[in-house]
Amino acid sequence: MASKMKSTLLTMSLTLLLITGIASALLAYVYTLTKDPITQAENQKKEQALSLVLPKFDNSPLEDTVKIASGVDTLICYIGKNNNEIVGIAVESFTDEGFSGRFSVMVGFLPDGTIYNTMILEHKETPGLGDKMENEKSMSISGSDTTWWSKQFIGKKPEFNTSESDGKKYAEPINIKVSKDGGEIDAITAATISSRAYCNAVNRACATYFKIGELKGKSGGKAHYVLILFLALGLFIFIFKKLNK
Amino acid sequence: MSKLKILSKGFIKENPVFVMLLGMCPALGTTTSAENGIGMGLATLFVLVMSNIVVSLVKNFIPDKVRIPSYIVIIATFVTIVDLVLHAYVPDLYKALGLFIPLIVVNCVVLGRAEAFASKNNVLDSAIDGLGMGIGFTFALTLLGAVREIIGSGRVFGVNLHLYQSDGMLVFILAPGAFIALGFIIAIVNKLSKKPAQ
Repeated sequence: MASKMKSTLLTMSLTLLLITGIASALLAYVYTLTKDPITQAENQKKEQALSLVLPKFDNSPLEDTVKIASGVDTLICYIGKNNNEIVGIAVESFTDEGFSGRFSVMVGFLPDGTIYNTMILEHKETPGLGDKMENEKSMSISGSDTTWWSKQFIGKKPEFNTSESDGKKYAEPINIKVSKDGGEIDAITAATISSRAYCNAVNRACATYFKIGELKGKSGGKAHYVLILFLALGLFIFIFKKLNK
Repeated sequence: MSKLKILSKGFIKENPVFVMLLGMCPALGTTTSAENGIGMGLATLFVLVMSNIVVSLVKNFIPDKVRIPSYIVIIATFVTIVDLVLHAYVPDLYKALGLFIPLIVVNCVVLGRAEAFASKNNVLDSAIDGLGMGIGFTFALTLLGAVREIIGSGRVFGVNLHLYQSDGMLVFILAPGAFIALGFIIAIVNKLSKKPAQ
């Protein structure tokens, strides 16, 4: 104890520098060690969800993705293919209307737009109430079916209000809502907010899914216009410079 | 003080949760099930032992005025290691404990032991002290988690005890239940450990 170092500016700064230096070196090492297992663990979970919400596929949808803007956020769509033919598209959707913050839902669509299956990825909803959205925890009245909640969405085809203008057209399918709001989904007892939020996430996925279809139709034409515009601009600058000389 | 005494005092006489009432945030927040309690307890145990060892090793090189920042850097390093390792190898537990793992940094038990014990004792004693406190903390969290899980959902460690026909007393899984359960456990511990006032 007697040999304790005196607190001078030099010793204090040197000690702190040394300690933080060693700490960061150690952390960098652990980070490189755990980096791969962490991505693996995350991918594994997504793969599990994908194999549930998509029909049988033989490619790896995790590497076959499309990113679609939805409001301020971007949703990732995973494309499932079997023998090079698209069998379904899974949209990793989310909602901010949950009881305790954002949660994400994986929604799988068949090529014709019907929902193949849904699954919750992660959430912070109340244990015992809202967490019955999870497959192992949801329970039907008879008590035997533990996938009761997510199953309700199977085979539903989102119907949109076609009288709305283009921008709003895909905002909300009219049938995928809890029955209280006039939809076809039965809410979880005592967890209406969570049920509504889940529907909201599914709706977002629907809107995104139908956007993909629209983009496919439009993108060619738009690209042409942009190209022509650029060429015209180039020509204009070229002529302008020639004239100035 | 004998080694055994150092080890056992964290468990009973100075149990961090039931007697010293330190580290209440993770004790109340993560104990929705016995499994989460044990996970959080073991994570804290690792940080406690490692930070106690390192602090007692470097205690003579650290100038007095910067000892607290130094301790916190040491503790934070081990907490980040736990965070990364849990995320990589037990993602389910990591998901359940979530925010509370990084918060071990500011757990009073860890800094308290570094400051009150490890900075004044040798390496072996400090390690044993960390181990004892860690076991006490783990025990407390597991007990609290088990009580809440049994009353709240009729399960313990995921095994259904068939106490309820459908749902249990949900309030025990929610935040208020943590306070209620902790209060009763502390009362029982006090009744058992303290001699009646003369």
